[in-house]
Amino acid sequence: MRIVVLLKPVPDPGEERLGADGRLDRSVSPVINGNDEYVLEAALKLVEAGGGEITLLSMAPAGVTDPIRKALAMGATRAVLVSDPALAGACTWTTVQVLAAALRTLEFDLVVAGIDTSDGGGGVVAAGIATLLELPYLSNARRIEPFEGGVRVERLSPAGHDLLEASLPAIVSGTQLLGEPRYPSLRGIMGARSKEIAVRTLADIGLADRPVGGAHATTAMLDARPPASRGSTRVVRDLEPAAAAAAIVDFLVERRAL
Amino acid sequence: MTAAHALGRLTDDQRAIRDAVRTLARERVAPRAAEIDRTAEFPEDLRVLLAEQGILGLPFPERFGGLGADLLTVCLAIEALSAACATTGLILAVQELGSLPLLLAGTEEQLARFVPGLASGSDLIAFALTEADAGSDAAAVRTRAVRDGETYLLTGEKRFISQGSVASLVTVFAVTDPDADRYGRISAFVLETGSPGFSVTRLEHKMGIRGSPTAELAFDEVRVPAANRLGAEGDGFRLAMRTLDRSRPGIAAQAVGIAQGALDAAAAYAGQRRQFGKAIGEFQLVQGMLADMDARTEAARQLLYTACEEIERGAPDAGRWSALCKLVAGDAAMAVTTDAVQVLGGYGYLEDFPVERMMRDAKITQLYEGTQQIQRLVIARALLASER
Repeated sequence: MRIVVLLKPVPDPGEERLGADGRLDRSVSPVINGNDEYVLEAALKLVEAGGGEITLLSMAPAGVTDPIRKALAMGATRAVLVSDPALAGACTWTTVQVLAAALRTLEFDLVVAGIDTSDGGGGVVAAGIATLLELPYLSNARRIEPFEGGVRVERLSPAGHDLLEASLPAIVSGTQLLGEPRYPSLRGIMGARSKEIAVRTLADIGLADRPVGGAHATTAMLDARPPASRGSTRVVRDLEPAAAAAAIVDFLVERRAL
Repeated sequence: MTAAHALGRLTDDQRAIRDAVRTLARERVAPRAAEIDRTAEFPEDLRVLLAEQGILGLPFPERFGGLGADLLTVCLAIEALSAACATTGLILAVQELGSLPLLLAGTEEQLARFVPGLASGSDLIAFALTEADAGSDAAAVRTRAVRDGETYLLTGEKRFISQGSVASLVTVFAVTDPDADRYGRISAFVLETGSPGFSVTRLEHKMGIRGSPTAELAFDEVRVPAANRLGAEGDGFRLAMRTLDRSRPGIAAQAVGIAQGALDAAAAYAGQRRQFGKAIGEFQLVQGMLADMDARTEAARQLLYTACEEIERGAPDAGRWSALCKLVAGDAAMAVTTDAVQVLGGYGYLEDFPVERMMRDAKITQLYEGTQQIQRLVIARALLASER
């Protein structure tokens, strides 16, 4: 099966910072969006069991390749990175159009994506792409398996799960119930160095003259500010559990709360 | 907090491997370390993890399924693992130690027979030189290997053999010619531990590296094919010394890792622990200790990396570099872990915190693969020889 994994580099959760322009600073310790890492793992298992290949598809600033390199080290075959200065400040609608246009240039049976991203959280990109490409969309997967000529998905529901089937090609959005992602092996890390990350501009995917990108955003950000400080908060981290507990007890004892 | 160490001198591959092993150590090894120490059980789950991730394959040639990493890269991995758990770092260090005689002197046929299993991590290998009465005086070993047709019969005992009870292969040094001089009496063999007559007669109860089984091995006329002899008859002692010239940096790497782990724990604690209304890290006496710990650790690390580079390029004084880095790193680990316990005060003395374990683990790095005293002899002899 030829699988495309939509993979978004995001700032390490908890480390996010706003830049001077009020936008998220995307150069801060980029990592693979958590949910995307889980669907990548599911894709790797599908390919290991039934053969095929995995293409990563990302839209990100040109320098943000560490997360893509990690995904290649985990076992993806190649990567396509759509990167264009005009995309800075892109809205969700632009993202949908760009990824859909890029997918039109790729051969695939299945597209998988994380159900949402830790930096945006809109959760609509995969559905939007399915709409533009007129593909079946199976959301909230906790299990993905091949099925003669199609794909079968267990979709998380409040009552348990729904069992869905669709013909291929199709788009599936997945949850972390798909199973823990693997660590890249050392061999994978060494091998990833020679794998291709093909960088594509808007012109390369046929969107040069289209109203996409930051200048054509369908939504405008009027203001952005970090959450208000909650006073002298102390966060205990980097300690082993017993030491962390002791630090918290110290804190409480110092304030005569214990 | 250790992200910025020595970026300049490492290649992209070395950095990527170090970072990957460090992540694995933090997420998968560190949470097991206290339990491994408490139960003194060999962490088979972590051996499997190291094998699956390719970490145990680092020292082996690519044509036999290894990663063909250089000595510095192997040491980076041992260091990263040991910062979380010295026992786990030792799994890789011993795999390298036990394999080195084979890698240094093995024929293509021997390599093809033994290395694939070692590189995949499905086989572990131990290094059996030391005996009860032949420690620092390694040439005094008494285990005998008597030629009998196409085989040798091995009889004797080995002591202090790391991973001797979990290895499927053991590199054994035994006397083949009792009448030859001190350095020509001994030959090296790869022994399969399933062979009749081989037994593990005791496991030691130790102060540190408690999850790493230290075995006493007995050989009762164990039949070893002559095809398993490494190098010529009588080459064993020289092969053992060449092995140690290359393996001691692994122990130095373990020591640097332990020191870094203790420093990280002490610095984190000093930032959190409050006394007299402020974090103890704001007191200059504590700051001074942390700074000295960092300086010692970093100095040992840089010497280790230099030693690896010198040994890898075939420096004529490889033995000196190897001894220098183990001497400095072992002493650094002992001093830094001792100070880490001091920074944590009474809490540092409790097994609820990792630093007392690290202090116990550090001690072994001053003892094995040659005591610190032996390292000094090696260094001094190299100096005096070059003066002649």
